Amino acid sequence: MNLNGAFQIALPEAFLAVSALVLLVFGAYRGKNVGAVSLGAGFALIAAAALAAVGPVGTAFGGSYIADGAAAFAKVFIYGFSAVSVLLGDRWLKRLDNSQFEFPILIVIAALGMGMMASAGDLISLYIGIELHSLALYVLAAFRRDDARSSEAGLKYFVLGALSSGLLLYGASLIYGFAGSTRFDVIAQAVHAGANTGVLFGLVFLICGLAFKISAAPFHMWTPDVYEGAPTPVVIFITTAPKLAAMVLLARVLMNAFGGAAEQWRQVILVIAMISVLVGAFAGLVQKNIKRLLAYSSIANIGYALIGLSAASHQGVQSMLVFMVLYMIDVTGFFACLMALSRAGRPMETLADMAGLFRERPGIALAMTVLSFSFLGLPPFSGFWGKFYVFKAALNAGLWPAAVAGLVLSVVAAFYYLRLVKTMWFDPPVGAVDASPLDAKAVAIGAALFSFPLVLVALTFLDPAATAAAAALGTH
Amino acid sequence: MTGILSLTTFFPLIGVAAIVVLRLLGGQADQGKLENAAKWIALATTLATLALSILLVAQFDPLNPGFQFQEDIPWFAGAGYRMGVDGISVLFVLLTAFLLPLCVIASWKSIEKRVLEYLIAFLILESLVIGVFCALDLILFYIFFEGGLLPMFLIIGIWGGQRRVYAAFKFFLYTLLGSVLMLAAILLMVSTAHTSSIPELMAYHFAPSLQIWLFLAFFASFAVKMPMWPVHTWLPDAHVEAPTAGSVILAGILLKLGGYGFLRFCLPMFPQASHYFTPLVFTLSVIAVVYTSLVAFRQVDIKKLIAYSSVAHMGFVTMGIFAGNAQGVQGAMYQMLSHGVISGALFLCVGVVYDRMHTREIAFYGGLANRMPWYAAVFMLFTMGNVGLPGTSGFVGEILTMTGTYGTSTWTALFAATGVILSAVYALTLYRRVVFGELTNPKLAGIADLESREVLIFAPLIVGTLLLGVQPGLILNITQASVDHLVVAYRAAVGG
Repeated sequence: MNLNGAFQIALPEAFLAVSALVLLVFGAYRGKNVGAVSLGAGFALIAAAALAAVGPVGTAFGGSYIADGAAAFAKVFIYGFSAVSVLLGDRWLKRLDNSQFEFPILIVIAALGMGMMASAGDLISLYIGIELHSLALYVLAAFRRDDARSSEAGLKYFVLGALSSGLLLYGASLIYGFAGSTRFDVIAQAVHAGANTGVLFGLVFLICGLAFKISAAPFHMWTPDVYEGAPTPVVIFITTAPKLAAMVLLARVLMNAFGGAAEQWRQVILVIAMISVLVGAFAGLVQKNIKRLLAYSSIANIGYALIGLSAASHQGVQSMLVFMVLYMIDVTGFFACLMALSRAGRPMETLADMAGLFRERPGIALAMTVLSFSFLGLPPFSGFWGKFYVFKAALNAGLWPAAVAGLVLSVVAAFYYLRLVKTMWFDPPVGAVDASPLDAKAVAIGAALFSFPLVLVALTFLDPAATAAAAALGTH
Repeated sequence: MTGILSLTTFFPLIGVAAIVVLRLLGGQADQGKLENAAKWIALATTLATLALSILLVAQFDPLNPGFQFQEDIPWFAGAGYRMGVDGISVLFVLLTAFLLPLCVIASWKSIEKRVLEYLIAFLILESLVIGVFCALDLILFYIFFEGGLLPMFLIIGIWGGQRRVYAAFKFFLYTLLGSVLMLAAILLMVSTAHTSSIPELMAYHFAPSLQIWLFLAFFASFAVKMPMWPVHTWLPDAHVEAPTAGSVILAGILLKLGGYGFLRFCLPMFPQASHYFTPLVFTLSVIAVVYTSLVAFRQVDIKKLIAYSSVAHMGFVTMGIFAGNAQGVQGAMYQMLSHGVISGALFLCVGVVYDRMHTREIAFYGGLANRMPWYAAVFMLFTMGNVGLPGTSGFVGEILTMTGTYGTSTWTALFAATGVILSAVYALTLYRRVVFGELTNPKLAGIADLESREVLIFAPLIVGTLLLGVQPGLILNITQASVDHLVVAYRAAVGG
């Protein structure tokens, strides 16, 4: 393929890269006007999502860059959620009087890295995508320089992230050494010809490195601290887009490059999934801080997504994609609720702060209740449908012990969601709550309305879209 | 008449919408006026739903054993929006719609805080419960079945008594644990049979080895809901802490979901497994009947006593269902409907004195007949119904289930028959201690008899109890065709 064609394949990312640089130059000269930079970043992300949705299908740069259904599906949501984060972050910075134009630009750069992850066709572009988005995220986590917790979050995230990158590189080098190529399609041929121990050894390291990025246990240590310390709009960003990107990347590596070794990697993924669900359910029980609670909740939910992936089928990938998208919307709404709540200028982040919230802020409390029950997996909320797809795929693949264990553990996790609902509805109020900012409130209520009833309409589109995306991954 | 089921199911939501609009528009208005208007809206909605369900039963063809008023709209994930009723489910729709207006009237004065939210929760609950009985799609059924947990959790937790938080959590987690196992079974069934339509699944033959597991998963859910011994312990707590109307719904309708589930899923879809596990179910039922009757006898709290008596009565229901013959299943149906009326009435009787004295302790009362003769008469009637006196609806269900069980297992019927005596022991003791004797507690001196609002609540329940007591054909004729169809299929499958 000529350079022009290759450029078309990578057009959304090329566009984002140029946009980020233009915004950077604009910011350097007109740094005071953060609103304009945010607006530009938001438009750039939405335009990139549109480009990804309608762009051509094919491979570029010698097979190291892939544009297919899975990549397009992932990019639409990655860029979409990034745009929401830009919006929420911009308003949040303004309220804090800490406006810095780097914030939206860093999100655009991170989104660019995630787009590369979704399109990665070999180990090199995989690594570049991961590093690009990770470095931007480390800075974002530490964005409140004057806040010790935020700095700590950024540093922890960086150190552990660097460790995971090391693992990942080690795995990648082993795979390259034993398979003879960094390209996924060539690795797939080598695996089909007979997967030797060296390649599988490398794969395990690669999986470990990616498990760090999606905060799956036992590689989840950074998650609660980063969630607690990082600014809430950054947490929204960290919980949504990068995890989807890493999950799609993981699915592509496992299904395309290692499709021939499904029986081997399934065991690894299942173990990680079950530990994640277990840790998420039990460790969440003792949390007092809601952001930490949500961190454990996200660990458990990644476990569910991995159960879907471990089905190692098109249906499994489809269920994982549906689950991730529904979860991302819920979690965005939930953190938006937290952003909307403060008492005397101090954000309300502990369980005790939420006492009697229903009296003070019925709208937000109702949204949080809906989203909590959605996390819990109660029908008819969207969280139920995510679990429904995942467990259906797992049962179809004969993984009933994992499905039953996952479902039973979801009852354990139900306790902490119920405790939150109980605190909001049953306990007496503890004091007046500040007026809520409109943007966070709108996102929160929108997400709650999506959770029910809009999800019932949305799924009729999301289901076939995810099926089409999943068809691009895997050889069988 | 296509569409009447959806209309009946979702009609209460119109009331919800009206109350929400009222709340949004009337932000500045007087709170009392607002609440009064909301109560009238809720009452009108539930009465209209009742009218719709009466129309439904009137249009129902009792000679047709199949599903009627069917609706079928394809949905995503292979599921469908499928609705329909047969002789087994149609009367539960009527029972639900019948009890809800009474719940609204019963709450008219006793609920003082967050009245609007309370009414909304009740209307949503009504919609979900009617949906459970109308759903003909496994996934749709699960949505309605599980969705009901949310409003009930809030009803117990917000408007309940002292230990309401504990009771609400226990209720929710117990039921959820049972239900997630059922969800796993549902997903497995859908992926095995490639359909989630209940009529198609009834015609599908699952391998007997698979049936065992599917049965156990469904059993876990329905046994908790029913509740069967030994997973009944959530019920006394939930009942004691729930507000009166919440107890009425819980005992009157939500417990019936378990029995309905056995009839709708276990018997027709897993006949071999049902047959295989019949001894287990019989054993648990007999223990429930005898043991919980004895436990009921030792209670000091009126509501707790009635709650344990519910567990005992549900023991008859499971026994009758798994007897697997026409008398047994008909009796179980009758017992469920009758218990819906009588236990609801009993909880309302407790509510009457609780509203006045704010205690449910048996020892607090005594000699109420002196001050409340009308109340004493009403309470007497429902106590007799609970005991199963001939002439009340309670009798028909008990005699039929025992006749049916006798045909399958003599010993089970024999042990269960002692439960009839035990129920007389605890129920009459309760009645004696609360109503008869001298009025010794000075606090009771000024207690007032039934007011017109309460008479209005009890009148339909009295009529129902007596009418069903002397005219069992009213129910049995409607259920007969479907029950016969079910029993014949079950007998053919197990070769009996």
